Amino acid sequence: MVETFKKYSDAILMLVFIAAVLAGPVILEPVGAGYPDLLQKFAIYGIFALGFNILLGLTGYLSFGHAAFLGVGSYTTVWAFKLLSMNPLPALVFSVLTAGLFSLLIGWISLRRTGIYFSILTLAFAQMCYNLAYSVLTPITNGETGLQLSQSDPRILDTAFGRDYGAVLPSSDLFGIEMTGYPGFYFCGVLLIICFYIALRIFRSPFGLMLQGVKSNQNRMNYTGLNTRPYALAAFVISGMYAGLAGGLLAVTDPLAGAERMQWTASGEVVLMTILGGAGTLLGPVIGAGVIKYAENIFSAFNEGTLLSAFSFLPETLQHIAVSVTGLFVGEGWHLTLGVLFMVIVIFLPGGLMEGVNRIINLFRRSTGGGGEGSAQAAPQPAE
Amino acid sequence: MGILSVQDVNKSFGGLKALSHVNLDVEEGTVHAIIGPNGAGKSTLLNCFVGRLEPDSGSVTFADRSLLGIRPYEINQIGIARVFQTPEIFADLTLIDNVMIPAFAKRDGDFKVNMWRSVANEKGVRGKAMAMLEDVGLDKKAEQIAGQLSRGDKRRLELAMCLVQEPKLLLLDEPTAGMARADTNNTIDLLKLISKRGITMVVIEHDMHVVFSLADRISVLAQGTVIVEDVPEKIKGNPKVQEAYLGGAHL
Repeated sequence: MVETFKKYSDAILMLVFIAAVLAGPVILEPVGAGYPDLLQKFAIYGIFALGFNILLGLTGYLSFGHAAFLGVGSYTTVWAFKLLSMNPLPALVFSVLTAGLFSLLIGWISLRRTGIYFSILTLAFAQMCYNLAYSVLTPITNGETGLQLSQSDPRILDTAFGRDYGAVLPSSDLFGIEMTGYPGFYFCGVLLIICFYIALRIFRSPFGLMLQGVKSNQNRMNYTGLNTRPYALAAFVISGMYAGLAGGLLAVTDPLAGAERMQWTASGEVVLMTILGGAGTLLGPVIGAGVIKYAENIFSAFNEGTLLSAFSFLPETLQHIAVSVTGLFVGEGWHLTLGVLFMVIVIFLPGGLMEGVNRIINLFRRSTGGGGEGSAQAAPQPAE
Repeated sequence: MGILSVQDVNKSFGGLKALSHVNLDVEEGTVHAIIGPNGAGKSTLLNCFVGRLEPDSGSVTFADRSLLGIRPYEINQIGIARVFQTPEIFADLTLIDNVMIPAFAKRDGDFKVNMWRSVANEKGVRGKAMAMLEDVGLDKKAEQIAGQLSRGDKRRLELAMCLVQEPKLLLLDEPTAGMARADTNNTIDLLKLISKRGITMVVIEHDMHVVFSLADRISVLAQGTVIVEDVPEKIKGNPKVQEAYLGGAHL
C-alpha cells in the first residue's frame, strides 16, 4: 500500500495543490485574506518564489538580484500593452523571454563565481538595473514616475482587430475578461498551477537530480564527467523566467511598472519567502510567499488608532508605552516583525515552515502507527 | 606503450620542485601502485592526470590522447574515474541518487537538460545503479542519506560511483586510509574483483599490505622522482627503496 501511495504521491500532491489554489478564496476567507487583490499577490509571489527555489533550493546558488528580472518582466508587459495589445498572453510571453535573455546574460557573468561572490555579483547587477531604470533609461522606463499606459498608445494588434477602448484608460483583458478582481486571481492562479507542475517535473527529473548534485558537491560533479556551469546557468535562467512571468503578472493586474520593483529589498524579499517556507521543498516557497504577503497586509494596516483601542484595557501610561513599543512593529515598521519572524524560523526551524509541517506529521505518525515497525525504521524522506 | 603514459613531467610550486623528470607507463588491465614517503609528490602526480594541476613540462597521455589542458569533467568523459583520499560523495542525497548521477553522466554526457523525464521511470539507469550498490554491499542502505554512512561505507559508495561509469582507468588515492583491518581486507578483495574485470588501476597507497596484495607493478617515488619501478617481489628487498623510506632519519 505504501508503494502505491508513493507511486501516486506526486499526482495526489498536484491534485491537492490545484484544489487549494482554485478554492483559495473560500479557504482564506476565515483569516480575512479571501479578497482578490491579496489573492493575486499570493499567486504572483508564489510563482516568483517557486522559480527562485529552483536556483536556491535545488542548485544552491543564493541570488540577491532576482528583483531585476521581476522588474524587466513588468516593463516588458507594460510595453507590450502599449505597443501590441491589452491581451495579457502576448505580453507575458514577451516578459518571460526578455527576463530569460537578461538572466542568461547576468547569469553567464555571475556564475563565474560561487558562494558569496556570486551573491554580490547578482546584487551589483540588480542595483545597476535599478539605477539604469531610474535614471539613464528614462525614455524606456519613464524614470521616477514609472511606466504607464496612455490613451494615445498605438496598440497595433488591438487596432487591427478593431478594438477601441474609447476615451478611458484601458485595462488588461483576456479576450474580454478583465484581469482584475476574481478573474485576475484565477488567471494568476492557473499560471501558478502550471508553474508548480513544471517545478514538480524539474524536481523529479534527471536534470533536477543533477542540480541537486551541483548543490551537494561540485567537485564530485566535475570528477564525474559533468560540466556544472551550464547546469547552474540553466537553473538561473529558468528562475529568471519565473521571475519575469511574476513581474509580468504584477503589471497585468495593475498596469504600471516602476523602478522600485527592482530594488534590492524586493530581491531580499524573495530570499526570505523561499527560506521561510523551506528552500529545496516544493511547496515551501509558495507557502512562504503567502505568509509574507499576508503578514505584510495585516501588519502594515495597523496604525496608532487601532493599537490604542487594542490596549485600551490598560491604564493610560501603560497604554501609551505599549502602543509606542508595538507601534515599532506595525504599519511602516512591519519589516521589523518580518525580521523577528524570520529569525525565529531560521533558529528553530532551519528547514523553514515545511520542516515544521513534517515534524508535526512525523509526531502524528509515531503516536498513531506505533505498532508498525516499518514506519519506525523508515529512512528520513526529503521534504516535499 | 601503455594505456597511461607519463613522460618527463616536471612541476614546481614556487621554489619547491614537487616532480622532476617523472616517467610512468601503465599497461592496460594492470594494477600499478605508486608508493613513497610523505611529500614524495604522489598526490601531485595524480592531480596531473585528472586536470587539477598542469605540469610545467612533459606529457601525460591516455590511450594516445593528451590529458593536459583539458578540464576534469572532460577527462572523466574519456574514461578516467577517480577516488579521493577523503571520499567525495553527495552527502545530502540518498545512496541510490549518488550512484545514479554518475550513471546519467555516462549515458547523457557532460550536460543535458533532461527535464521531462522522471528519475523514477529511468528503470535502466536505476537498475544499473542498484546492481552496483549490491556489488559493494550497500544495496540495503540504498534509500539512506549518504552523509550518515561510516567512513568505510562512504569509500565503498565512492567506488560504486566510479565503477558504475565502467571507466577504462580508475585512479585511487589511498583507498584504505583510516580503515580498520577487516575493512581494508574487504576493500582489497573488492579491488581485486574490479581488476579482474579488466579495469586498469593506478593506486596511491601507504599501506604496504594493500600494495603488495594488489599491485602488478610498483613505482617508488621519492623527492619528486621515480627511483625504482619494478614488480612487487623485487621492490621489497631493494636497498634504494629502504633508504627512501628511512632516508634522512639518522638513527
